[in-house]
Amino acid sequence: MTDTPTGQIVRPATPTPQGRDGPSREALVFERIEAFRRRKPRLPDEFVTLAHGAGGKSSAALLDAVFMPAFWNDTLAARTDAATIELPSGERLAFTTDSYVVNPVRFPGGSVGDLAVNGTVNDLAMMGADPLGLSAAFVLEEGFPIESLRGIVADMAAAAAAAGVDIVTGDTKVVDHGAADGIYITTAGVGTIPAGRRLDTRSVQPGDAVIVSGTLADHGIAVMLARGDLALEADIDSDTASLHGLVGLLLDEVPDTRWMRDATRGGLGTVANELAQTTDLTVVLREAELPVRPAVAGACELLGIDPLYVANEGKFVAVVPADRADLAVETLRTHPLGRDAAHIGEIRSEPPGIVVLVTAFGGTRIIDMLVGDPLPRIC
Amino acid sequence: MRFVDEYRDPVAARTLLDRIRVLAGDDRFKFMEVCGGHTHAIYRHGIEHILPEGVELVHGPGCPVCVIPMGRVDDAIAVAEQPGVTFTAFGDMMRVPGSHGTLLESKARGADVRVVYSPLDALRIAIDEPDRRVVFFAVGFETTAPSTALTLLRARELDVGNFDVFCNHVTIVPPVKAILDSPDLRLDGFIGPGHVSTVIGQRPYRFVPERYGKPLVTAGFEPLDVLAAITMLLEQIRSGRCEVENQYTRAVREEGNPRALAVMAETFELRPHFEWRGLGFISQSALQLRPEFAAWDAERRYAIPGVRVADPKACQCGEVLKGVIKPWECKVFGTACTPQTPIGTCMVSSEGACAAYYNFGRLHREAAVALRR
Repeated sequence: MTDTPTGQIVRPATPTPQGRDGPSREALVFERIEAFRRRKPRLPDEFVTLAHGAGGKSSAALLDAVFMPAFWNDTLAARTDAATIELPSGERLAFTTDSYVVNPVRFPGGSVGDLAVNGTVNDLAMMGADPLGLSAAFVLEEGFPIESLRGIVADMAAAAAAAGVDIVTGDTKVVDHGAADGIYITTAGVGTIPAGRRLDTRSVQPGDAVIVSGTLADHGIAVMLARGDLALEADIDSDTASLHGLVGLLLDEVPDTRWMRDATRGGLGTVANELAQTTDLTVVLREAELPVRPAVAGACELLGIDPLYVANEGKFVAVVPADRADLAVETLRTHPLGRDAAHIGEIRSEPPGIVVLVTAFGGTRIIDMLVGDPLPRIC
Repeated sequence: MRFVDEYRDPVAARTLLDRIRVLAGDDRFKFMEVCGGHTHAIYRHGIEHILPEGVELVHGPGCPVCVIPMGRVDDAIAVAEQPGVTFTAFGDMMRVPGSHGTLLESKARGADVRVVYSPLDALRIAIDEPDRRVVFFAVGFETTAPSTALTLLRARELDVGNFDVFCNHVTIVPPVKAILDSPDLRLDGFIGPGHVSTVIGQRPYRFVPERYGKPLVTAGFEPLDVLAAITMLLEQIRSGRCEVENQYTRAVREEGNPRALAVMAETFELRPHFEWRGLGFISQSALQLRPEFAAWDAERRYAIPGVRVADPKACQCGEVLKGVIKPWECKVFGTACTPQTPIGTCMVSSEGACAAYYNFGRLHREAAVALRR
């Protein structure tokens, strides 16, 4: 049937004149696009879609169009993982909150309970803070098995003990069957920032080195496979872990570390883009240096998903002065959570505001903010 | 990754690039990669900027998402919003805009729209949830059509009564012929589609050299495959040959996959004509369910609006799909039309030329060279 070429255009599309005057016009188009990208993201949507929660451009648009204008203040405007609050005594506190709605609640390497503790501890750690205490609030769906709840709470207790922090206050709400998906957990955390620690995008400079604390995409792929609808099986565990110990080690050895961020939702690609846009510098990543476990790389390849955009729950990206890169990587590698740390790229000044990947193959490409949920390609 | 890394080896790439440079000399060549998978690979691995400037790649119509016209998306949403319907689609289709929004927005408004990875997953949902009417949004070239065909055979075998296919499968040869007949494009050869050719084989492309005098080399999807295919095209041209060649020998056989062709022939028949986004109506270019499968045909079960919707005026997807203009030459590229707010389909699928170019390729050649150092 497909053997006979019978393509006859019944109604041909109108041809347009072919306008090409070489790369100078292309350059103008790039400038126009860059100017456009710098505009505040618009929120054209009438309804909330899953894309608004995926950490990419739509999330940023929701934040800028709905939350930021309503809550506006200088602390919030810093858009950091945790807010920094200065006490009258001069001491600085880091304060953060996060909700956890993962499905399935249990996956290889952890559960929503581990995430709820580790994620909040890590948001504090990214400000250089040591955690003081956590809160935990639960929204439970009618009919959720007590046995599962017990298991998740036990995971939270174990994760908190491992992180050396107490869960000091909490709340519980139960909603009708169908009004929630099993269990939602919200945790908040406070921590103290030791004097002298100041991690800030403003200290990032061209020439600095970009470091990652370990392998990429483990958590997101472990959860995707645990959902079971991909009919793929692989030995991949989530990397969920509290990072303040590893961060403390790095900051002790390399106190002039410029900035760090945990590469959670949206992955390394999103974090690198936020850095490039805030600093108006170029983040150059080298694909050949990116640590990705072979099984994770294989699953990503099969699913058509870029590991750069897949969530991590126990990894951070740091920028350090170029001459401290080796020391930083060696230091991280002495810690069990930093075994696979790597020097993955550098900061340049041109072209401003973008992330470029030098591919393992020797080519170059842009890494942009992710649009929507990472949906697998069809063929 | 074994079986992948060997096709991404930078040392082998340099050898091929040297060969391409020698063959191309100071002449200019324009080759079209027909398949969106190739477009994606070319940008994902940054191949465009490592080729000599005289060798230009033009992106073709072989992106299954890109060629679906807006009217068909409206039809899909109309079916999805019927009471009792569970509408299933590949992830790529979720963000394709119709004239009143996307399936993703339809889902947000309350329609039961689910992403599946294969039509068999959709059939599984129908079996597991017998009180729902499950519809599968079938799109794609001969690559995905066999799996839809197998699913239909399975539905008949298991006598699944609550499952329908909304068939939008298209065939690759008619648009290639349409492009060759189009007066506004000068091409020196084609990189033939890889996955489609595993099904249809090499024979259907013979008219390309025989009637139009253009060489065609079927290629795999790894970066070295693309470079090897370009080398083979240049070698044909330099030695005065013009034929269909196969670079993707590890997957493509001359006769294709007779079993896949047989199941397609059993379940599908050619439509008299089908509207392609940007290309207009092309006769005998798409598939519909045979009358024997009427019981699983969504077009027969539901009142499909079937309203033809003109593309937005500003959208130049048609010119992009035919390779007449580069994505950045479109008036709305990167400003009014971005992956977040796509006007045209080419900006939606990661295989669409515009999305691939926007997401990966937006970099000056000189800047790319400087950053590689």
